[in-house]
Amino acid sequence: MKTLFENAVYSGIMISFVSYGLGTVLKKRFKSALFNPVLISVTLIIAFLTVFDISYESYSRGAEYISFMLTPATICLAVPMYEQFELLKKNFRAVMTGIASGVITSLLCILLMAVLFSLDHASYVTFLPKSVTTAIGMGISEELGGTVPLTVGIIIITGVLGNMFSEIICRIMRIKDPVAKGIAIGSASHVIGTSKAMEMGETEGAMSSLSTVVSGLVTVAGAAVFAGFL
Amino acid sequence: MKYLKQFGIIMIIAFTGELLNMFVPLPVSASVYGIIILFLCLNFRIVKVSDVKETSRFLIEIMPLMFVPAAVGLIEMWDVIKISWMPYLVITVVSTVAVMTVSGHITQFLCRKKKSGEADS
Repeated sequence: MKTLFENAVYSGIMISFVSYGLGTVLKKRFKSALFNPVLISVTLIIAFLTVFDISYESYSRGAEYISFMLTPATICLAVPMYEQFELLKKNFRAVMTGIASGVITSLLCILLMAVLFSLDHASYVTFLPKSVTTAIGMGISEELGGTVPLTVGIIIITGVLGNMFSEIICRIMRIKDPVAKGIAIGSASHVIGTSKAMEMGETEGAMSSLSTVVSGLVTVAGAAVFAGFL
Repeated sequence: MKYLKQFGIIMIIAFTGELLNMFVPLPVSASVYGIIILFLCLNFRIVKVSDVKETSRFLIEIMPLMFVPAAVGLIEMWDVIKISWMPYLVITVVSTVAVMTVSGHITQFLCRKKKSGEADS
């Protein structure tokens, strides 16, 4: 089994698709936030690799081709953004203020907790870009001297959290306006959260895409400033 | 031919984004340049929505799957994480909830204020 898996090029791609597919089926069946396709897929793959003693390298040799499509897919977020452009223009000030407040909250929150848990500078800057999309976050972390692979991990966990719990958080916090929901989800949990926002509605999805892009850009500047505080 | 054209357009934009990322000295990723380029192309009617519609819908639909390999890569990081996973988790969860709440409420407040302002005038 092990050699079979390691020699086949499509094995990594296959188990990623199959486990993710299984995740979406379970989610449809049980309709609970815990049945998140990304989470299920990752858990199943890790279990599979551990049971058959397969290294991460041989899995990722094939699977990395999936990540390869991330840039083209992210670019496609421009389409829903364009389709909702009128709505954006109408609420321009609200949207931009909302996104800016999200970026400041994120950076401030991380600074406060870094002080609370007495993190060193390197760990602190590793966390700073946690709410932005992976590609931008990696750049920020590298620039400021953080641990890049750890930043990527934190960014993904943040995204999955947003994807799983954004609906519940919006309900508890009484965020009801579709524009506000989209901005909240995109600012907090970037592209992975945005895919949840897309399921919630056109407006939510478009606003979430927009705030992913804008908050990413604002964080580039903001994180550089905040890096000097600890 | 439809998908060939759609994928072609998206790949040209991805490549252009990559070039900008290489030659412009800013920490802006190729994908962000790409979003901006595609948005401008749509806005100025250089590209029609129907030129990219189906392919973009497909790619956006399977996007979460594209994060799976990197997330599985977290097992490689476990030795680094396990020393202080507790504060790491607290920071991640608390800040995510805080950002969502603050940005959502501020946007909602301003949207509503604008709506009621329009109703008054």
